[in-house]
Amino acid sequence: MWLSETMRAAAEVAKALPTSAGAGARATTAEAIENPVAGEALLEPGLGQVPSAGSPSHLPWMLRRVAVALSVLLAVTVIVFLATVALPGDAARTVLGPDATPHALASLREQLGLTQPLIPRYLHWLGHLLTGSFGTSLTGGGSVGGIVGDRLVNSLALFLYTAIIAIPLSIALGALLAVRRDGIADRVGSFWLLTLLATPDFVIGTLCVILFATTVFQILPATSTLPTDASPFTAFQQLVLPVLTLSLIAAAYLARAMRASTIEILDSDYVAMARLRGIPERLIIWRHAVPNALVPAVQGSALMLKYLLGGVVVVEFVFNYPGLGSLLRGAVNERDVPVIQAVTLIFAAGTVLFNVVADFLTVYLTPRLRTGSRR
Amino acid sequence: MSVDAVVMMLPPPRAGRRDVVRAALGHGRTRVGVVLAGLVLAIALLGPFFAPHDPGAIVARPYAPAGPGMPLGADYLGEDVLSRVLWGGSRVVWTSLVATLLAVLLGGTLGLVAGYARNRLDTLLLWAMDVVMAFPLLVLVLLFVSLLGRSPWLTVLLVGLGWTPVVGRLARAVTLETVGNEFIESAEMMGFSRRRILFRELLPNVVTPLLVQAGALLTWSIGIMAGLSFLGLGVQPPNADWGLMTNENFAGLTIQPWAVAAPIACIAVFTVGINLIAEGFARAISGVRERD
Repeated sequence: MWLSETMRAAAEVAKALPTSAGAGARATTAEAIENPVAGEALLEPGLGQVPSAGSPSHLPWMLRRVAVALSVLLAVTVIVFLATVALPGDAARTVLGPDATPHALASLREQLGLTQPLIPRYLHWLGHLLTGSFGTSLTGGGSVGGIVGDRLVNSLALFLYTAIIAIPLSIALGALLAVRRDGIADRVGSFWLLTLLATPDFVIGTLCVILFATTVFQILPATSTLPTDASPFTAFQQLVLPVLTLSLIAAAYLARAMRASTIEILDSDYVAMARLRGIPERLIIWRHAVPNALVPAVQGSALMLKYLLGGVVVVEFVFNYPGLGSLLRGAVNERDVPVIQAVTLIFAAGTVLFNVVADFLTVYLTPRLRTGSRR
Repeated sequence: MSVDAVVMMLPPPRAGRRDVVRAALGHGRTRVGVVLAGLVLAIALLGPFFAPHDPGAIVARPYAPAGPGMPLGADYLGEDVLSRVLWGGSRVVWTSLVATLLAVLLGGTLGLVAGYARNRLDTLLLWAMDVVMAFPLLVLVLLFVSLLGRSPWLTVLLVGLGWTPVVGRLARAVTLETVGNEFIESAEMMGFSRRRILFRELLPNVVTPLLVQAGALLTWSIGIMAGLSFLGLGVQPPNADWGLMTNENFAGLTIQPWAVAAPIACIAVFTVGINLIAEGFARAISGVRERD
């Protein structure tokens, strides 16, 4: 009974949702929340744009989605390649500076493959990438794969803790604000979420340092240089402030999106219908609204992680945390081309991955789409 | 169908825009936003005329506390913090404004064309937008800045191009929504040229949402521009810049918090003010739509 109610309600939502128009409009998830932009979330509040159930099974759609993602990644490698080694001018001269000896220039050109023509050079580089060989760092001399691997683990620790803390809190907060819409809690909460969303990431991080580490309270370390041999997963003291900063950034984004999509559900026809039938508000919220809010919540969480990728560079730099972001900042400063290539590719791959995951979860969680039945 | 009947189906001429502005300013928050953003804008643009010292002049010992003639103290080199705050806003303001303008013009045009084309061109443009959006914007900027240098025009170009897909998708979505309306059909029937339909019939419908979007993008551009200088990869010393000041004086936070607090306060107040304005307009648009 309960289940069938829920399913029917979910089918209603799915019906009400915009479906993608023709082959041209690919189902790229919630475009409303995808952009880290407050104004747009207000214009198009819903999270739940989903692909139309045009085919008996969703396997072809999923395969097409993966193929598109791979084609985007391929284009990304071209951009990274062009930006780092094929720009007008001599990359070796830019890296080494005006005082470089001809010998050093020649050997760096050799190392970067600058002596080959463009297309074979790209294919050669791509071949190395696919076998997992990113080259050697120009400054440290170590293998880029090794350096990046360590930093990746550290950044993943930040992401993991931020996800554990921020996701449940922001979903609960967003739903709460939506249920108490236009009440005093919602006005105050929405105002602070908007303020937080508008504030640049490094300002939030710096404020956290002023508040908890240096000026107001002095209870936490201002920098997060990990002790050698310490696992990033257990260095709690060092992780508190960066995780707090990232959680604030993430919560502003996800809680706002959750509030918008819960309001959309509460305004929907089937909730109005249930109210007309005299079902108590508590039951409406827990049996109808909450299960349906699961889709945007899960999807929003995946997109939130994507959104965090943009903030992690600055936040890691604020706290001097040895992750991928601070590695990228250092590599850009020192023009360490192979490291820049590897890290930017990881960031792009992460973005594409979180997009695809958000799309797949949407399809999986929406009953009409999962079974693939036509309405 | 007579021409009169067709003309009746054309949308009412843009009477709505002034209503939107009035409705937006009706919200108390929007007015607060105008005051906040205006205040910081005034500091950024007029500040240099009121600065007591040259932004590069050493006037005290490093991290000297506030004193007479130096209400905010000195920074890590002994320069006057107040003067540097007054000097340090203009570049972040103009670079973000130009980058946002670029994104709105380019993205708006591409979105209109893609949404009206509804064919291979649309698919191709969407795919290209996906490629650009595969990079977090700051990462995209860092990728190019590393080897091409730190010229302000390069960052303006990169940030503008980076936001183009965001604008483009919105413009495309609004265009797709509008194209289905009868007045477009009738315009097509009357044999209006493609260009006229795009710019005279579709564009007016896209402008208002794009303006709201532009407000939001402006706050994000400020975040990127100031963040780049904070990373030490934007404005270079000895120039004064709010993001750069935060970086330079970070180590002295315990001794002289004003050298960091003053510039980040300017940035935060500015971004929050602009976002309040954008939100006010977004509410006004949805309110006006509901009334119609």
